Amino acid sequence: MIEGRTGKWETVIGLEVHAQVISKAKLFSGAATGFGAKPNTQVSPVDAGFPGMLPVINRFCIEQAVKTGLGLAAEINLHSVFERKNYFYPDLPAGYQISQYLQPVVGHGRVSLDMPNGTVREIGITRLHLEQDAGKSLHDRHPSLTYVDLNRAGVALMEIVSEPDLRSGEEAGLYLRKLRSILRYLGTCDGNMEEGSLRCDANVSVRRPGAPLGTRCEIKNVNSIRYVMQAIEYEARRQIEVIEEGGTVEQQTRLFDAARGVTRPMRSKEEAHDYRYFPDPDLLPLVLDPDWVERIRADLPELPDARKARFMSEYGLSADDAGVLVAEKETALYFERVAQRRESKVAANWVMGDLFGALNRLGVGIHLSPVSAEQLGALIDLIADGTISGRLAKDVFAEMVASSADPAAIVEAKGLRQMTDSSAIEAAIDTVLASQAGRVAEYRAGRDKLYGFFVGQVMRATQGKANPALVNQLLKKKLAG
Amino acid sequence: MALDKETVAHIATLARIRVAEAELELLANELSHILSWVEQLNEVDTTGVAPMASAAAASLPMRDDAVNDGGCREAILGNAPRVARGFFTVPKVVE
Repeated sequence: MIEGRTGKWETVIGLEVHAQVISKAKLFSGAATGFGAKPNTQVSPVDAGFPGMLPVINRFCIEQAVKTGLGLAAEINLHSVFERKNYFYPDLPAGYQISQYLQPVVGHGRVSLDMPNGTVREIGITRLHLEQDAGKSLHDRHPSLTYVDLNRAGVALMEIVSEPDLRSGEEAGLYLRKLRSILRYLGTCDGNMEEGSLRCDANVSVRRPGAPLGTRCEIKNVNSIRYVMQAIEYEARRQIEVIEEGGTVEQQTRLFDAARGVTRPMRSKEEAHDYRYFPDPDLLPLVLDPDWVERIRADLPELPDARKARFMSEYGLSADDAGVLVAEKETALYFERVAQRRESKVAANWVMGDLFGALNRLGVGIHLSPVSAEQLGALIDLIADGTISGRLAKDVFAEMVASSADPAAIVEAKGLRQMTDSSAIEAAIDTVLASQAGRVAEYRAGRDKLYGFFVGQVMRATQGKANPALVNQLLKKKLAG
Repeated sequence: MALDKETVAHIATLARIRVAEAELELLANELSHILSWVEQLNEVDTTGVAPMASAAAASLPMRDDAVNDGGCREAILGNAPRVARGFFTVPKVVE
């Protein structure tokens, strides 16, 4: 809810996400899909729209779309149709995009969002359809020319359309993160927004609470989740201002200018929205075998929601901790390797605390972690079996981050093994107490607060290696006289 | 269904075909005739028949996910009016 000058307004958002399908070859040709290849080296005559070329569909791309539909708890349409969406642009060589329109391969589904207040919000999915990507236009290589690279032309995309169920930029961000997480768990899209494998258009309108939907504006191709959130917040406030000043919102397509944090209208493409869809005569309807769909369903991996529930019941983690650990598939796998046969709460704390901190400082994802799950597990074992103290473990961990060495090797090389020999600890305590006779007298006279000071001195005298429990036990006895 | 001159002009714009004002009337007539010829199909009773995207009694042929095409940039760019550094080039279109 946004407070305007004239009262409360509600933002209504629906998102259209284009997710690039993970596949070796394109949707209708045998050209490769890899990112970053030299321009026009991954183009077949089909992708270039050469006359007489016929599209032949890639079975695996259909499987990926069906799998995604099942992961979104959606209806799978056993009969769907490819249509031509007609428009002219230099990076669309055939003059039409093969897409699905009236009969998409996937129908209604849903995504559950874990809201910050602990509740769950269900966001409806309207549909998912398969279509070809266009090529890439580069406008900044030449003063008067646009350069066109068709490597991306024909790569399979899933367009995933949400219901207008989202109510703020923040919710849109949660939805995108959740959707990306599901796609990554399924292995159907890598979710990399920087490389354009996940792109988002946002339909934004505002209304008085409970009133009918307002006129919407579509914000095109925003390339990060943070920008989507910013663009929505800006756009909602812009529309409220227009209405509150007596104007009306004009239905239009807008672009987000990330540098200035504003949306602005796209130069209007006259008649651009008259796509004249019709069934592609080169392609028969796509008919799926229900048994095949059921086999894909049976092979679905554990998805984030189910994994979160399992982390809570199996490892006794809180909903928040489980949510953090399952958000990225790699993090969940890492945690499970660390938690194997170990105290799960301890494992979770190390992963979310020290490890996340280190990865943040290094600016890398968990798949590039300098500390492997096995190494972190070994460190936890060294604490559990008393080889090192929890305090020294932090130093060992820092060293592991710096050198990727095994914890046991670091402990040996640096002589950090915990001192558990009570006579050695006693000797250290005696030395400390002898040198601090004045404070000992004060303590014995009732200044209890000095206890921590003595512990610190003993730990320092033993370079932090003394077993803290033994120090406590022996120190209390000695101070008691 | 009869097409008027405005509709023909609109279709021509969408198809990026330049049609002289003088030709519009003639084209509207010709296209209207073609449409009314096709509209004879409306006489067929299709009650209870689901709309179909194809009349072919075959299923969509499919391919395995294997890379067996592409890697032929010279051939792809060969017919282009203008190329530079491996790209097609066109007069600047910028949004």
